[in-house]
Order: sequence, then C-alpha cells, then structure tokens
Amino acid sequence: MAPAAPRSDEAIFASVEHVNSELFTLTYGAIVRQLLTDLEEVEEVNKQLDQMGYNIGIRLVDEFLAKSNVSKCVDFKETAEVGFKMFLGITASVTNWDAEGTTCSLILEDNPLVDFVELPDTCQDLYYCNIFSGIIRGALEMVSMKTEVTWVRDMLRGDDAFELKVKLLKQVSEEYPYKDDE
Amino acid sequence: MQFFGGSEISPSPPVPTASGNNAYMLYIFNRNGVCLLYREWNRPLKTLNSQQDHKLMFGLLFSLKSLTAKMDPTCVDKGNLGVPQLPGQGCSFHSFRTNTYKLSLMESPSGIKIILVTHPRTGDLRESLKYIYNLYVEYVVKNPLYSPGAPIRCELFDTSVDQYVRGLG
Repeated sequence: MAPAAPRSDEAIFASVEHVNSELFTLTYGAIVRQLLTDLEEVEEVNKQLDQMGYNIGIRLVDEFLAKSNVSKCVDFKETAEVGFKMFLGITASVTNWDAEGTTCSLILEDNPLVDFVELPDTCQDLYYCNIFSGIIRGALEMVSMKTEVTWVRDMLRGDDAFELKVKLLKQVSEEYPYKDDE
Repeated sequence: MQFFGGSEISPSPPVPTASGNNAYMLYIFNRNGVCLLYREWNRPLKTLNSQQDHKLMFGLLFSLKSLTAKMDPTCVDKGNLGVPQLPGQGCSFHSFRTNTYKLSLMESPSGIKIILVTHPRTGDLRESLKYIYNLYVEYVVKNPLYSPGAPIRCELFDTSVDQYVRGLG
C-alpha cells in the first residue's frame, strides 16, 4: 500500500488521472476571457492570473512532493523538469544558470494552454500563461524559497518558445513560531 | 518523559486492548506550528490541555531537529545551536523510542510534519507515514473547501487515516 522508491517522471505522469487536454485548454481560455470581461484592465488580469497561480502552487507542491519522492534538498533543475512533466505532460528544459546559481530559465517547447489561442490587438500586454508564474512562485515559497518569476519569451507575442526567468530572492529559514513567554 | 504513559514504569507496556490497534496518537503540523490534525486512539493519561500539548509537541520536534542536525558527525557545515535551519538542510531524526512508546516523524520539504506515536515494538514506520502524506494530498490538499493553514475538518480524510492506522501491525 505504501508508495515505491523514486520513479521517473514518465512513470508518474502515466499513473495520475488524466483529463481531456482540449477540455483543459478551453476551460483555461474561458477563465481568461471572463477575467478580461470582469476586470477590463489587462494589467489587472495579469495580476489576478498570478494570484490564482499562487493559490494553486501552494497546494500543488504537496502533491508534487508526495508523488515524485525527490530527496530533501530540492534542486531547482530536477524540480522544474519533473514538475512540468508530471502535471502537464510537457517537457521543460532548465538552462541559463547564472554565475551564483540563483537565476535560471525554464523553456517550454509546447504549451497545452495556448492551443487555439491568438491574442487580439487590444490585449497585446496580456501574459496569457501568467498562471504558470504564480504556480512556480507559490510552490517554491512553500519550500522556503522566495522567488521572482517573469516572462522572457512568449509565443503568443511572436517569439519562438515560452521562456520563464526564475530568480531566487532569498531562502527563508524556519523560525520558531511561538513566543517564548506564552 | 513523565506526561505520557502510566505512573508506574514497567519494562513492557500492556498489550493494546483493541485488536490490531498499535497506534496511540497522530499529530499533523504545518510549517507555522498550526496543528492541522490530532487523532487519538489509545491515550490513558493526559496532563495538559490540547493547546499546550500541541505547542509542546511542536517545540519538542523543533528542538530535536535542531539538536540532531548540530550533532551530526558527517556534516561539514554547522551553524550555531539555535540558528534556524531550512527544512531540507542537515540530517533529521525520524523516530525515538522510550520503554512505553515510539514516536515516528516524517517532515516534507514543504514543512508538513506527520507524527505517529505507537507501541514501542513497532518497526520502521517511514513508509506508512509517507502513505499518510499521500492521503493528506488526496483528501485535504485537493479539497477546494479546505483553506491551507487551517485545521483539517475533512471527514473522508479522518476515516481513511483511521482505517489505515488501525490496520498497521
């Protein structure tokens, strides 16, 4: 009944329940469309998508940790590659590590969220996949890493791939939560 | 430890009366010290009210982790005692045993701590604790009505944990 030793990302992806990818894409599209109607400002929609992603990320991290069985000292590279494969079935590559090892780029070759999507002229500033930056930020915060995630390349704006830049701001240590005199 | 177990210390504790019930208590804490879940199956003596009990348990684990990390003979880099550690760093203890009970701990990198107090002759419970963590993910994390950081009020989770723990040999 207990789970087995570390499994490869392919094996994990195969073992979780799948949902129809078109349903997923269209549902996400409907959410963005509704946010645009409700909020009207593109910047507001970007922020809201990031916040939604953050709320997802803080829960997603436990599922990721439980299923992927990575060792305690989580390494950025492994997390990114296994995480994207497990939850979306897409391959992400981690590149462009800077000298201190605190910033890296995540490159997504294909992205199920943007199938069938074209940005109209009125929404050229919209980061359609901003939910990803929130998810990554939320998940990393739960493992004590405060990060900043920004989009470098976006296929909906004419670039050739999706590229996210993840920058580690600081590592937050565990503090004793109770005051001593209580 | 004077607050758990009976007042007279015997070499072997009484055999659990409920059939197949090896476990005494279960605690689940999050990284901020909030006790998300406390279940009790067999605890004859209670000396503290539940809030103090939870704080004591969390404090005990926090200090033990810090101590065990500092006393690690294989680790090169050690800070001073009392300096907060990152959840992944250093070694971390996973169980301790007294003559009346055994306490097993599992801590995830996200700070979720699962503690199971059982009969002292219980074997290694790490796989079981991982299974409980999986149950937590399935029934609590994925539950849209649950807000992260709040105590767990989820019947399905309670019954599945109950069932699983009662089945532990």
